[in-house]
This record gives sequence, C-alpha cells and structure tokens, in this order.
Amino acid sequence: MGLNVDIEKRFPGFSLKIKLDCAPGVTGILGASGSGKSMLLNCIAGLVKPDAGTIVLDGRMFFDASKRIHITPQHRKAGILFQNYALFPHMTIRDNIAFALDGLTPGEKDEKVGALLKRFNIADFAGRYPAQISGGQQQRVALARALAVEPDILLLDEPFSALDQHLKTRMMKDMAELLKDFKGCALFVTHNMEEAYRLCARLVIINSGRVEASGPRQEIFERPESYETAVITGCKNIRPAVRVSDHSVRVPDWGLTLTSAMEIGAEKGFAGIRSNHLRLAGEGDADNCFAAWIADVSEAPFTTTLYLKPGSKPDGAEDYQLQCELKRDQLREIADFSQPVTLHFDPAHVFFTEH
Amino acid sequence: MSFDLSPAWISVKVTLVATVVNFFLGIAIAWGMTKHRGKWQGLLDGVLTLPLVLPPTVAGFALLMLIGIHGPVGRLLGLFGVKIIFTWYAAALASILVAFPLMYRTARGAFEQIDPNILNAARTLGVSERRIFWRVAVPLAWPGIAAATALCFARSLGEFGATMMVAGNIPGRTQSIPLAIYFAVQNDDTRTALIWVGIIFVISLAVLFFMNARSTDKTKKRLGAGRS
Repeated sequence: MGLNVDIEKRFPGFSLKIKLDCAPGVTGILGASGSGKSMLLNCIAGLVKPDAGTIVLDGRMFFDASKRIHITPQHRKAGILFQNYALFPHMTIRDNIAFALDGLTPGEKDEKVGALLKRFNIADFAGRYPAQISGGQQQRVALARALAVEPDILLLDEPFSALDQHLKTRMMKDMAELLKDFKGCALFVTHNMEEAYRLCARLVIINSGRVEASGPRQEIFERPESYETAVITGCKNIRPAVRVSDHSVRVPDWGLTLTSAMEIGAEKGFAGIRSNHLRLAGEGDADNCFAAWIADVSEAPFTTTLYLKPGSKPDGAEDYQLQCELKRDQLREIADFSQPVTLHFDPAHVFFTEH
Repeated sequence: MSFDLSPAWISVKVTLVATVVNFFLGIAIAWGMTKHRGKWQGLLDGVLTLPLVLPPTVAGFALLMLIGIHGPVGRLLGLFGVKIIFTWYAAALASILVAFPLMYRTARGAFEQIDPNILNAARTLGVSERRIFWRVAVPLAWPGIAAATALCFARSLGEFGATMMVAGNIPGRTQSIPLAIYFAVQNDDTRTALIWVGIIFVISLAVLFFMNARSTDKTKKRLGAGRS
C-alpha cells in the first residue's frame, strides 16, 4: 500500500531523479523553489511524463517507462490542489464542485454536492463565481472539488502560499482536520518548513531534483542527515567540523570545540545548532559556553535575532557567524550590547552530520 | 434602371460558409497546436500562417494550381464530373484560405492565455479532453474566439485578390461585393460603387458591434462584476 515513486526526468540544465515511498497519511515534501517539487507532483498526477522509472499507487501501475505504461491523468484518480486553486472562473461554486460528477444521477449529484458544500462550509455562496469569494474560500472550494471525485491520492501544491498570514494558521488547522478523513496518501508540497512541520508527520526533503532526506519530522529537524537538509529545514548555524572525540567536534569557522550528545561517527562533516536552540548561558551552565560579540540585532514581533561573532569583536554588522533567536524577555538579560555575551550550546541540540 | 443585388447574396453566402468552416477548423487546429508541442510545431505554425503574409494573388495562384482543371485536386474532382473553378465554391475556398490564419492565430493566442492549471485541474478530476475543450477551454477563450471570428468574417467579406484568381468575375455567379465595386469603378459607375461601399460598411460595423457586445457580456461575468 501507499505510493512508490522512482523516476527520472531530464530538462536542459535540470534533472529530476527521485525515489520515494509514502505510506497513507500526509507526507510533506519540503524544498526550495526550483527544487523540482511541483514537477514531482505533476509526474505523479500524469500531467508530465517522466523519461524513466515507475510510479505505483496502492499496487496500481501509473507509469512504467520500460513497459511503456503511462496512464492518463483522467484515469489516475489523483486529486491536485494548485497554488492558485485553478477554479473554473466561468462556473459557479456549485458547478465547479459538480463539474466532474458525471456518472451520477441528478439526485445523487445534488446530494453529494450539497454534502460537500456543507462539510466545507461554503454553502452560503454556492451560487457565486470564484472571483467573488475570498482566497481562503476559494481554497476550500478547490479542495471540495478535488475530493468530490473521491481521489486515491491528494497532491497539495503550496496551498497556503497565496493566503494572508492571519488566514493561513486557521486554514492550516482546517486542512489538517479535513485531511484526517482522507484515507489515502496525501503529498503536501511546500517551501515553508513551518507549514510542513505543522501538517505532516513525515517529511521528504528535496534539493536540486534529488531526495536529500526523509523520515519522521522530529528526526529530520533534530538530527538532519545532511548539510542541505539542515539548511532547508531552517538551520542557520551549520559549518564544517572535524571530529575531536566520540562526543566532541571542532568547528574552525567559529573557533570553537563543541560537545554533542550525538555520537560523532565520522572524521569530517558539519556541526550545527538551530538559532532557537542557542541560548544565553544561565546559572549552572558550564559546558559548551562561549563568549560572542553582537554584530547586529533584528527584531521580529515576538522574537529577536542576534547576529553574533564568537571569539573576537565584529568588524561591522555583516561580520557574524552565528544567529541566535531569543524571546523578548530573554533579551532583557543583556545589559550592554557592546559587551560580549556568553552563549550556551546545549549538547542535546548540537548535531553532527557527515554529508 | 434596376440594381443587381446578386453580389450581396454571393458575398453573404461565401462569407458565411468561409466563417463557419474557419470557425471550427481554426479553433480545432489552434487547440491541437496549443496542446501538443513538438519539434515540427514551428514549421507547421509557419505553414498555417503563410496565407496571412503572402499577397492574396499568390495564395490565389497556389489554389488555382491545386483546384484548376489541370491541378491534382481539380483532376480528381473532374473524374466525378465536378468542376469547382470559377464557381462560388472556389470563391469560398479562397476566402477560407486567406482568412484561416486570422482565425487560427487569434484563437491560439486566446487558448494560450488560459491558465494551464485550470485545464490540468479538470484532467485530474477525470474530465475527458473533449469535455474540457467544449466546457472549459472554449468558454474561457471565448472573447478571443469571438474576436477571431469577427476578423475572419471581415477578411472573408473583403476578399478580392485570391477570389479573382480562382472564381473570376462572373456577374450573378461569382461576382461578390468587392469585385462589384472594383468593376463598377472600372466602368465609371460611381453610383453603384458607392451603394456597395455603403452596404459593406454597414455589414462590417454590425458584425463587429455584435461580437464586441457578446464578448463583453461573458467577460463581465467571469471577472466577477456585480460582486456584493
């Protein structure tokens, strides 16, 4: 059961070579723009034909290059939710949802559409056109339309990127709720690590058309298996490192030797710590504490990012090597921004990766 | 003195046939060219657009070579005792040929303007290509298709050069309004020429007006005019 993809697709200057297996449930595909994640969805939906490989869903062969099998998108039952929702602008909301319900009698159709309108809370404007409703409402209509034909797999292509921030959080909750009822595989493609983490228990990281890492979200975020994975999942502090002992590494760029709870399994690699795990040293912190100067400060509504240089005084605002994200109240502990602060690299959060 | 109205009927007959044929042929080929991209597409596109850039007499000459009694198509038809050269059928063919690129080009532009995601969404919903064409692509491209049809109609109505080559100027049989105007002026009959100019002016304006009104109606609905 589930989705098994093993495909290759070449373009001038870019190639996609992806192998991934997804169990039923929501899997997040996280990658930067241009990493090939939307192309992957198009291949699964049958909108783009890969050059080689196979795509199998629940034992059904969607694509097999060696056997020249390429099922048309019409016969894959792969529902896709586009970033711009792609509603039919010349049809009412009701007609949009009912459009593909061909095999049903008018009575069954009305009943089904009515149930979907109610479930997605869009019954009030069933008679309007897509241009007359808000972005959040359009998204619900698009999802209702996709689910109306009872797809075997749902492909969500950056569904939240066109929404306002304040709508986004609520829509994500709604989406999570609606996806709970969906029994098949759902692939959720995004470049936003927060969305991916919130919505998906399992993540696949994609970089330049290749699978960089995959696994439970906690593992991917806590112990990234490669430099790229760390960067894509939002790690700001990661540098080349060399092994010193079983649980300590030297990071020459920072001029620091860090202790890690992880076992250092290779002579060379990368060591890092997330900016929100880097703390100002408090009482009782003895290990992994180092002095650093503040090069720059950037304030967000609820957190503040310090740009720091360990070891010596920075030469301007751009001369920093570490980022530390603090809550407002922690910031008050700093009396003088021109003096060095002591940073604590919690060994539990210092990670090491060979690649 | 009686006024011979036959050029009007010939013009209307030829123009309507040419517009209807080009309407279906043009949007079908435009849709095919929008959907399939291959290495021969550039060449094919060039061939389909050629009649637009060629002088009408050249297009007419090519058609004459093809359907004339010694041409391949002409001979084939001759076997069945059919001769289309110097009939209104030939005039219709000439109109179809020279007006086709306008229909094809404009309709293709309109199809290419459609967000591919909308068409792809319909595909993943299991909607057949035929239904997507009629229920999604054509309605969304309608303003462009309407404009294309109007252009096509106007071009057919005014067709002169190619028609002269293959249909000639036979009063009551192949003499359309533009030919009637030309020969009226040749014969120093300014009054007749003026009447035909007036008639063709009225027909052209009426068609453009009708097409514009229709396409704006559709567009209004789509862009959500009258939102509350």
